[in-house]
Amino acid sequence: MGPFEYFEPETVEEALSLLRKYSDTAKVCAGGTDLVVRMRKHLVNPQFVIGIAGIRELDYFRFEDDEGLRVGCLTNIRTIERSPQLQERYTMLPQVARQFGSIAIRNVATIGGNLCNALPSADMAPMLIALSAKAKLVSIDGERIVPLEDFFTGPGKTVLRADELLVEVRVPTPPPHTSGVYQKYTTRGGEELAVVGVATLVTWGSKDERCTDVRIVLGTVVPAPMRAKEAEAILKGKRIDDELIEKAAQIAADESRPRDSIRGSADYRREMVRIITRDVLRQAFERTQSAR
Amino acid sequence: MPGEKGIYMKQRLELKVNGQTYEVLVDPWQSLADVLREELGYTGVKVSCNSGNCGSCTVLLDGKAVKSCIMLAPLAKGKEILTIEGLATESNLHPLQEAFIEHFAVQCGYCTPGMILMAKALLDENPNATEDEIREGLVGNLCRCTGYVKIVEAIMAAKEKMKVTSSR
Repeated sequence: MGPFEYFEPETVEEALSLLRKYSDTAKVCAGGTDLVVRMRKHLVNPQFVIGIAGIRELDYFRFEDDEGLRVGCLTNIRTIERSPQLQERYTMLPQVARQFGSIAIRNVATIGGNLCNALPSADMAPMLIALSAKAKLVSIDGERIVPLEDFFTGPGKTVLRADELLVEVRVPTPPPHTSGVYQKYTTRGGEELAVVGVATLVTWGSKDERCTDVRIVLGTVVPAPMRAKEAEAILKGKRIDDELIEKAAQIAADESRPRDSIRGSADYRREMVRIITRDVLRQAFERTQSAR
Repeated sequence: MPGEKGIYMKQRLELKVNGQTYEVLVDPWQSLADVLREELGYTGVKVSCNSGNCGSCTVLLDGKAVKSCIMLAPLAKGKEILTIEGLATESNLHPLQEAFIEHFAVQCGYCTPGMILMAKALLDENPNATEDEIREGLVGNLCRCTGYVKIVEAIMAAKEKMKVTSSR
């Protein structure tokens, strides 16, 4: 690994001017749990590493009444997992965080790092997309807000420019009668990367038993986390039964684009998309119904 | 500017390990595990996979378990680092260490420091952890001798001892 020059900015402004100066030759390092591994394998060889862990102002989460939850990019996954407030107001986020790596990884890995590394298997991405979360990207020139649905462009690729920093994730308050479930499937459990990851978010109408909105977001089995929109479409506005869930799960599997890899053949993964999608939909529907 | 001409400067770093403060000169790409082992001689920190999978390099930073092989050393700045060497007092082993001996929870021993420190973090956070919670908490620590049963037994036994010790 290395050699590289290491910077430790203490403010966002300092980090942004370093990013402007070193651009493509630099990599931002938050917890480093992904980056250090990739640098050691020489998959990335930055000349400059900008360690942002010391920018304490980026480690927070708070609730804004009108706009929901705001999470600073340096918030680690363990904090999300264990926060009683998130457990109460955004139950689905701790539920995702519990499936992320191991405790020692979650203590260090950050939400911003997980999103910016943009691995197709990034565990935080599918549920945040299902929740219509947005990312706040800043550079010296200003800021822009990008829906996470449009943030990922391919394996390891995002719309983040080389001089930009993802500083905050904004998550709108889910509507009433909504529940979300993420399930990551691995072949041997533990902290293995996902073979398939599916997030679903289901909203019921207040008057009848129709599903008014549904999101199904696939991770790992697509180049970049992606909504299975055709599967969503056949559920939306309908009374949900098991037959319809089975149908939606099959459509989601057809929408996925898995590749053969060491963690599973494409055919196997596609079949697992069907199984996992079916399971998360069942769980989400059961939860929303029992909560009514 | 160093770096621009391909000149890379070592960085001065203050680290607090097992209650002692050190000043070391490190290459910024050295991992915390490397610095602890190679610069400071804490060879109880084991490096096995060197990619954050096996947990043998686990140390505690301010009481929280981290994998020191995939952490750049500067991230430990200002934190209390605990390695296996800092666990026993001069006269007494830690209850976890005693329990690992009593329950034959050590085979080749390579995963042991990481296992014990991970277990300490788990029990400090949740003194009443169930066996399932302990097993779940250990998913990031691999024993290549596959001696998990004894390890879990040892941790369960140490849990009771630690409760008695802390209630004194």
